[in-house]
Amino acid sequence: MALADQAPTGARINPAAAPGRSWIERIPPGWWIAVVVLLAMPMVANNFWLFQVMGWSFILGMIAVSLTFLAGYGGMVSLLQMSIAGLAGYMVAILGPSGTTSISLGLAWWIALPAAFLVAAIFATLSGALAVRTEGIYTIMITLAIAAAFFYFTRQNYTIFNGYSGFNLVLPPRLFGVNWRDPVPFYYLCLGCAALCYGAVVYISRSPFGLALQGVRDNPRRMAALGFNVTAHRVAAHALASVFASVGGILLVWQNAQIAPGTIGIPAAIDILVVAVIGGLRRPLGAFVGAFIYVILQVFSPDVLGVFGFSAERFKLIIGLGFLAVVLFSPDGVLGLWDRWRARRARRVDPLTGAPR
Amino acid sequence: MRKTMLAAFSAIAMMLPGAAAAQGTPPIRIGILVALEGAFAAGGADGVRNVELALKQINSTVGGRRIETVVAPTDTRPDTTVRMARKLIEQDKVDIIIGPLSGSEGIAMRDFAKTIPGNVVINGISGALETTWVDPAPNFYRFNLDGAQWGYGLGSYVVKQKNWRRVVTIAADYSFGYTNFMGFAVDYCKAGGDIVQRFWQPLGQSDFGAIIAQLPDNIDAIYLGLGGTDAINFLNQYQQAGERTRLIGGTIMADQTVLTARGRAKEVLTGTPTSGPFAIDNPDPAWQTYVKLYQDAFPANQRFPTPSLFGLGYYVATLAAIRGLEAVGGDLGNGQARFKEALNKLQLDSPIGRITLNENRQATGTVFITEVVEGSDGNLTSKMVARTDNVTQTLGMTAEQYRAIGLPSRNVVDCARLRTGG
Repeated sequence: MALADQAPTGARINPAAAPGRSWIERIPPGWWIAVVVLLAMPMVANNFWLFQVMGWSFILGMIAVSLTFLAGYGGMVSLLQMSIAGLAGYMVAILGPSGTTSISLGLAWWIALPAAFLVAAIFATLSGALAVRTEGIYTIMITLAIAAAFFYFTRQNYTIFNGYSGFNLVLPPRLFGVNWRDPVPFYYLCLGCAALCYGAVVYISRSPFGLALQGVRDNPRRMAALGFNVTAHRVAAHALASVFASVGGILLVWQNAQIAPGTIGIPAAIDILVVAVIGGLRRPLGAFVGAFIYVILQVFSPDVLGVFGFSAERFKLIIGLGFLAVVLFSPDGVLGLWDRWRARRARRVDPLTGAPR
Repeated sequence: MRKTMLAAFSAIAMMLPGAAAAQGTPPIRIGILVALEGAFAAGGADGVRNVELALKQINSTVGGRRIETVVAPTDTRPDTTVRMARKLIEQDKVDIIIGPLSGSEGIAMRDFAKTIPGNVVINGISGALETTWVDPAPNFYRFNLDGAQWGYGLGSYVVKQKNWRRVVTIAADYSFGYTNFMGFAVDYCKAGGDIVQRFWQPLGQSDFGAIIAQLPDNIDAIYLGLGGTDAINFLNQYQQAGERTRLIGGTIMADQTVLTARGRAKEVLTGTPTSGPFAIDNPDPAWQTYVKLYQDAFPANQRFPTPSLFGLGYYVATLAAIRGLEAVGGDLGNGQARFKEALNKLQLDSPIGRITLNENRQATGTVFITEVVEGSDGNLTSKMVARTDNVTQTLGMTAEQYRAIGLPSRNVVDCARLRTGG
């Protein structure tokens, strides 16, 4: 499976990490710039950019990073991540308050949120346990089948999932007197969650568990011979990934204030794969880059067509061409393109003298 | 390397809002929120055409201000709809939104409209009852009838004109199916009809064998609240099972996709009465003028032979916006207060008759009863047989009586109680 062959670089050692420097000094300056820019964004960007473009990018990024984690480090391409995110969102709508008062239980957030994570994790573990018995294309098939079954189930089940209409008016709780759905608080909420998810994926990838998972990805038989339980590692990866997807799913429901089967349909599940592939599966940052590109294309492609005098009906064409271009020119996503550009630039320096050629 | 990457990514993010924001105030900006992807894409495109058609009549100018339009395409998923509506308001800075197209989008837009009290939303053609019935938004206007109103009048027609008093119903298992059925059933039961059994079929599920096997024998007709390929599948399987009884059609049953379908479905369809917001052969000069206008405005290969239901909805909505803007001379100041007032009082003379709004900003208007007939060229077409004027949101009842029936669902409409006048 080609996706699994690319070795992620999560465990590599930063050459700049000289032993005497504190961890703060080891963070490259580009990161500081990014942090400052992201934190200061509400001062310049308007509400639409904060809430819709950036908020949606972070949310999609979190769901996609759960796929990056599974596919990049575990070698398992799962199309289930959107369903898991959707299930967590549905649980918040069902257990917490919503406009569909006949079904929603209206429990407090401190019960509804943990329960949503728990239910999503159980679902992910069970379906993960099914999926890890297979390899490559068969994993994709089985997860796609579960995702499709879950979609049709939510659309036809009226007692729990309220069928076709789903739930509306699902709002975040008013904590600390803040309306978390206002653009600025929501932006910081998404930014914070995304940063935590990103950090968690990076941390796990360097932990013993993450290293063992990458070993399982590269050579399951040898890992088994070394005494690692291959299946358990894979199932645990599914359970862990469900946490990132659930965070994204819950924020998605709060952002839209509603959830319906359309949110978790097959096109949505494939969109997550597209997002992850566009950004690049090799590093968790790719998921967020891919999500940003996806959102920009989704939101602005009708305008681009309008500028060139075409009818806005054909907006999907721009999205499709954009994706094709990325996949054609860089099979490992936008970050892969970036890597290659840097590699070429490095080659311009004479390896012996260090002088530019 | 990540640093430069992130910096570049953030720089792009910072630049774009500046480039895309700020627009001049003088023109009036109208956002067209319409499905251009998925099952309703063709209908949605007709909606855009009709907005253009209506604006062309006034040369895109009202009260000395030019009207500009922005199209926001959706895929009929409510979350996409709200996303695109937010883009229209916050990014494209539109004053008025015309749309959306389908039912669940309408409910989502009702909730979104409450967050933008300074803008007016005029519904495109979405027909969910709840949109203007349950907790309606003060700035959401609907100049088309809802799904329940579309079904009204058909029930008493089949009882009084046809004397069909025992029916089985087969309808789509989602909100429009329930709503459209409800309008039919309320009227039908009040007129003295009896619903023997109800079947609900999930959307897109093509096997009707189980339902056909269960159909009772001693019935007068089958009410078929399905649309598109679902209806075609049912009709074909029903034919193959050798069954034959009369049909009554829901609003989306006898549309062009079904009428022009190949196969033996035709034989069952002839003589089927249906109801809806328009009739193709309506002799009213206003309708005839509109159809002529539509046919002249676009080349034949870029339009439908006659305006579609979706196109008509967007046309009427745009017409309402124009009349409202004319009444206030293009003044949208003070949170569009005068414009809202003008819309509330509007007596809209539309191609489908006079439309007024009630206190929920929901239209009162005409429902047309048509029958499927074989046209001169051998194709099926529909013929207007009756019309019911002034169909209100509460289907002729008081608000309390209507509320007591309940919201559309599988079990709503207690036929026996309505028949005895309860």
